Amino acid sequence: MMRPARAHPLWLAFVLHRVSGVALALFLPLHFYVLSLALRAPERLDNFLTFAELPLVKFAEFGLVFLLAVHTAGGLRLMAMEWLPWSAPQKSLAAGAVGFAVLLSGTFFLQVI
Amino acid sequence: MDGQSQTMDVSVWRGGEDGDYQTYQVPAYESQTILDVVSWIQQYEDPTLTYRFACRVGMCGSCAMMVNGEPRWTCRTHVRKVLTDGAIKVGPLRNLPVIKDLAADMDPFFDKWVAAGGVHTPSASRNEPIAPVDPDGDDRVTASAGIECINCSVCYAACDTVAGNDDYLGPAALQRAWTLYNDTKHDNRAGILDAVSGTGGCHNCHSMGSCTFYCPNELDPMAAIAGLKRETARSFFRNRKG
Amino acid sequence: MLNLRLYMAQRITALIMAPLTLGHIAVMIYAVQGGLSTGEILGRTQGSIFWFAFYGTFVLAVSVHAAIGLRVIIHETFGMRGAALTTLSWSIGLVLFAMGGRAVMAVTGGGV
Repeated sequence: MMRPARAHPLWLAFVLHRVSGVALALFLPLHFYVLSLALRAPERLDNFLTFAELPLVKFAEFGLVFLLAVHTAGGLRLMAMEWLPWSAPQKSLAAGAVGFAVLLSGTFFLQVI
Repeated sequence: MDGQSQTMDVSVWRGGEDGDYQTYQVPAYESQTILDVVSWIQQYEDPTLTYRFACRVGMCGSCAMMVNGEPRWTCRTHVRKVLTDGAIKVGPLRNLPVIKDLAADMDPFFDKWVAAGGVHTPSASRNEPIAPVDPDGDDRVTASAGIECINCSVCYAACDTVAGNDDYLGPAALQRAWTLYNDTKHDNRAGILDAVSGTGGCHNCHSMGSCTFYCPNELDPMAAIAGLKRETARSFFRNRKG
Repeated sequence: MLNLRLYMAQRITALIMAPLTLGHIAVMIYAVQGGLSTGEILGRTQGSIFWFAFYGTFVLAVSVHAAIGLRVIIHETFGMRGAALTTLSWSIGLVLFAMGGRAVMAVTGGGV
């Protein structure tokens, strides 16, 4: 069946929110497992942290931080939209502002570290 | 655009759910709508082509179809606006069962309209004096924002949440519920909040905004659904307190 | 696949996590300067009631939030519903909580 062409801004925001959410949910068990090594096998955690110094791993970490930031900001936008009794244009403006801020800060963050 | 001698390739969905697209050569005119094109095929190529329309002027909401993959009211969609490389693809509305050709089964759409609490319950009878309604009151302004819905189901066809979740009531039904919720003459406002709080209710909406993006009457169902979420959340906290 | 109760649980855990997430990102930016080591992490967190409460709350909230979020996505993508869907979402939540709880205990418990 036909699927509508729907690459409009809010639809893209939805996709970004969903993809970042799934990625974070998949990452969490790994994250928890590695941290739990601190008690059981500190030397293995240290090995892992050395491995995490590799540029490629670092880049993946920045990706994760960006996903977390985007998911948080996007979620706050959704909740503001749902719960604050603002009129539609203000909501669009707020959405745009959050999107811009995330983009800017994300880029900044990727540059800095 | 093209003169009268030129033609364009129009692919039209033929058959039921397992049908296929069939291509017709249709004369291109300076000024014609998608509905004109579909009607031309029915009148000059194949009288068995099934499709729906009534008013032809964007009031009745019966001629919506998928045009080049997007839901549109075909009587107000100019060919020139959507023609891509001399071709157009017309199909039945998405997210609804296909009856035949371009006619989708609208039953689920209207059943959900009722399920969302969309039937008006008067708060007074004809024997009582008419209660005045201030057209500029907050409630009325909010309600009025959604009353120009023509039930065309374009928003329902555009919504990916409807596509993934059979139970979801969809943008049109929820917007109707929101206008009634804000109608001071509606007698069952609490009932609306219950009706939109179930498994298929307003809380399934992901605010992707395709409803608002595609609504031919430029209504904003997404904002209406956000309003329902706000009021149901408020009632959730109220009920907690006892 | 969300009714009002699941929706509220989803949004309330989100609101709880908003400041925690920002705090977590801030800690990360601070902590990664000059590289990470087990000793450094544990030196900051072990035996700290503050970090135990901070990450304990975070783990509890994220388990609920992720379980409900994945529940919706699994329903919309694969059409799973009913008891199977409920069992799966509870399992996701409990596994996340168990793993997260263990991580929090490892990082903030003991030591002193």
